Amino acid sequence: MPGIVPTRWLKAIAFALCAGALAPAALAADPAGRVAKPSISVDRATQCIDTPAVMRRTHMDLLKHQRDRTVRAGVRGEKVHLNACIECHAGPGAGAAAGSAVGSPQAFCEGCHRYAAVKLDCFECHQPKPGSARPAAAARAFIAGTAASQPGAAPGATQ
Amino acid sequence: MQASIVTTAPAPHRFWLVAALGAALVALGLGAAHYMEVEGHVVTGMNNHVVWGLPHVFAIFLIVAASGVLNVASIGSVFGKAVYKARAPLSGLLCLAMLAGGLMVLMLDLGRPDRMIVAATHYNVTSVFAWNVLLYSGMAAIVAVYLWTLMERRMNRYSKKAGLAAFIWRLVLTTGTGSIFAFLVARQAYGSALLAPMFIVMSFAWGLAVFLLAQAAVYAWNGMTVPAHASRRMTRLLGVFVAATLYLVAAHHLTNLYFARQFDFERFVLVEGGLYPLLFWAGYVAVGSVLPLLLIYGGDAARPRNPVIASALVVVGAFCALYVFIIGGQAFPLELFPDATTRSTFLDGQVAPYAPSLPELLLGIGGVAAAFLITVIGVHVLDFLPHDASPESGATDDGG
Amino acid sequence: MSEHQRIDSPPATQAREAVRAGTSRRALLGAGAAGLAGVLLAPGIRLIEIAAAQGARAAGEPASSKVRWGMLIDTTRCASDCNQCVTACNTENGLSGGTSPTDSQWIRKVEIRHRDTGRTSSAPVMCQHCANPPCVDVCPTGASFKRADGIVLVDRHTCIGCRYCVMACPYKARSFVHEPLTAQKPDVPRGKGCVEGCTMCVQRVDRGLQPACADACPEQAILFGNLNDPDSAISRRIREIATTRIREDLRLDTGVRYHGI
Repeated sequence: MPGIVPTRWLKAIAFALCAGALAPAALAADPAGRVAKPSISVDRATQCIDTPAVMRRTHMDLLKHQRDRTVRAGVRGEKVHLNACIECHAGPGAGAAAGSAVGSPQAFCEGCHRYAAVKLDCFECHQPKPGSARPAAAARAFIAGTAASQPGAAPGATQ
Repeated sequence: MQASIVTTAPAPHRFWLVAALGAALVALGLGAAHYMEVEGHVVTGMNNHVVWGLPHVFAIFLIVAASGVLNVASIGSVFGKAVYKARAPLSGLLCLAMLAGGLMVLMLDLGRPDRMIVAATHYNVTSVFAWNVLLYSGMAAIVAVYLWTLMERRMNRYSKKAGLAAFIWRLVLTTGTGSIFAFLVARQAYGSALLAPMFIVMSFAWGLAVFLLAQAAVYAWNGMTVPAHASRRMTRLLGVFVAATLYLVAAHHLTNLYFARQFDFERFVLVEGGLYPLLFWAGYVAVGSVLPLLLIYGGDAARPRNPVIASALVVVGAFCALYVFIIGGQAFPLELFPDATTRSTFLDGQVAPYAPSLPELLLGIGGVAAAFLITVIGVHVLDFLPHDASPESGATDDGG
Repeated sequence: MSEHQRIDSPPATQAREAVRAGTSRRALLGAGAAGLAGVLLAPGIRLIEIAAAQGARAAGEPASSKVRWGMLIDTTRCASDCNQCVTACNTENGLSGGTSPTDSQWIRKVEIRHRDTGRTSSAPVMCQHCANPPCVDVCPTGASFKRADGIVLVDRHTCIGCRYCVMACPYKARSFVHEPLTAQKPDVPRGKGCVEGCTMCVQRVDRGLQPACADACPEQAILFGNLNDPDSAISRRIREIATTRIREDLRLDTGVRYHGI
C-alpha cells in the first residue's frame, strides 16, 4: 500500500541501519589477532625488501612487474625474485613454514592467502619447495648484503 | 499490426520438463569441463599431436551455424523477402543461442579457462583468435540490437540498417573463423585462402539446416504447420547451399590433388586414413550432401518431412566434415623433411592417435544443450514465432 | 702465496721452508681446488664451456637485439642410438622424459631416411627459434613471444592454453601440459594447462652458459652462439660449411641450422 505505508522511507532507514552496523567492521584497521601473519623466521635482522605492512599490500604488484621484466625483457638479478623469497621463507630456517610455500596452513604464502580467500595461481607453475642451489646461493648472498652492488638492490631505491 | 497467432501450446509442465532436460545436459557439460580443468587434458583423448578434439568440432559447428542461421533474417531485412522477414526474430534468437553455446564449449576447453580476463585484456593484433574475441562479442551485441529493432514496434524502421550491419558483421566473423585454419601455413590440411569463403558457404548451409529443424520443432510444439510456400522456398535454398558447399570442398581437394606435395595428405584423408575417408565419403558426401539433395530435389519439396530429414542429414554431414577437417588435419603428420620418411619418439612421420573421450562428448553436448535451453526459454517467453502474412498471398513476396 | 712469508723464523730457513712448504702446500691447494671445482661444477658444467661462454648478462640489463642466439647442429656427428641431448634437456628443465602422446617433449631425435637416395641421418629437433615465428603470430594473448635476443618463449603468466600455437608450428615444437605438475625445477616454471617448448635454456644462457643439449652432446655436434657476431664460432662455421634449415621453403628464418641432413 504505497500511499499509506511510507515504504520508501522505511527502505531508506533499513538500509542506513544495516550500513551503520557493518561499517565499523569494514573500517576497523587490523584489530589484533584477526589477521593471519606468516611465520617469518629467517637469520636476518631487517626485512629483505620492505616492511611487512607494505609487502602485504604490494607484494603482488612487485612480483607481477618483476615477472614481466624478467620473462619479456630478460632482466635478471632483480631484487624481487620469487625463488629467493621461497628459499628463505620456506627454507629450513623458517620454522613452521619450512618445506614449501604452500600445502599447509602455516606455509608462508598459503597462511595469508587462505585467510584472505585469494586463490594462489603462482604455484600451478612455480616450484613452491626450496632447494635449488642457485637461488639459495643468490638468496644467501642477497641477505649477506653482497647483492647490494646490483642496481635493483640499491639502498636508496624506492618501491 | 499482425494478427495474433492461434496456437495450441502444450501444458506448461511440459515446457518445464524440456527446460529441465536442457539444463541437465548443460550441467553435465559443465561438470565435464570442470573435471577436465582440474585433472588436466590427460583425461581426454587429446594429446600433443591432436590438440583440438571433439569439443572443437562441436564448437566450430555451433559458431559457424550461428552465423549462418542469421542468414534467414538477412534475406528478410537486407534482401526484402517477406517470408524470411517474418522468421527474422527466430533466426536472431537461434544465432545468439548457438553463439553462446559454441563459445561456452570453446572457452571451457581452454587449458586455463580461469584466465578469461587475461584473454579479454591482452590482444595480439596478428592473431585471428584475438580478432574473433572481438568479432564474436560484437556479433552478440549487434544481433541483440537487431532483435530489438525487429521486435520493438517503434524501432522497426531501423531494422533494415541493423540487418545490414548484422549481415556484414557475420560475413567478417565467418571469414575470421575460416581464417583460423586458412592462416596455418604449417599443415597440409589448412593454409588455403579457399577456406574462408568455404566456411561462409558452409555457414549458409548448416545455419539454414539448423533453422529448419528449430522451426519445425517450434511449430510442432505449438500445434501449427509451417506454411507450404515458406517450407518449399527454404528447403530449395538449403539445397542450393548444400550443393555450393560440396562444390567448394571438391575444389579444395581437387586443387590439393594437383600439387605433388599435397598428394600424401589427400591420399590419407580420401583413401587410406581409415576413419577419416569413411567419415568424409559416407558421412559428409553421401549422407550429408548427396542424400539431402536427392530428398530436396528428387521428391516433392512441399511435403513436410523432407525439410526435417534433409536438414538432419546435413547436420550429421557437417559434424563428419568438421571431424575430418579438424582432427584428420592434425592426425596427418607434419612433413619436416618432405623427401624423407621420419621416425621419432614424438610421432614424427606417423599418423597421430585420437579417440574421443566421454568428457569431450559431454562438453560438446553441453554446448548444444545451452543453445537449446536459450532457444526454448526465448521462444517460451517472447514472441519469436514467425508471423506470416496470409499464407496463400504472394503479394508481399518479391517473386520466386 | 703471501701468507707463507708471515712465518716467524730466520730468513734463509724461512725461505727454504717456504719453498718446500709452498710447493707441497701449493700442490695440496691445487688438488683441493680441482676437487672442489669438480664437485661444484659437476652438475652439467664443464670448464671448456665457461671459456667458450658468451658471458652472463649484467644484473638489471635486458636482453638485447644486438645478440641473436642460434645453434648449428652437425648431424654427421649424430648417432642414431644417442639420446644425450634429450636426456640433458629433460634433466635441466624438469621434464618427465616420458614419450607417451601426452608427455611433453621439448627436443627429440628424428631418424631420417631419404626416399630417393636411401641415405639415413639422425637429428635432434627442437623449437627452431624462428625470426618470423608462426606461433607468435597466432597467439591470441601474446603469450608466445620472441625475446629481443631471438629466443622464442611462452610467457606462462599470459598463456590461456588454447593450443593455437601448437597447430601453427611447422616443427611440432610445442607441447601442452596435460596434467598437474609438482616436480618443476625452480628455474623452469611449467604447469598444467599451458603450452611450452624449448627455451634454449634461457636460465642458462642468461648466466653465460650454453643450453643443456649443446653441453651434453658427447660429439659436440651442437654449436651454440651469437649469430649477430660475425666472429663467433657459429658465424664462422656457417660461412665455411653448407648448412640448411628445416622447411627452408617456409621462409621463417630459423635460428637453428643443420649440417648433413
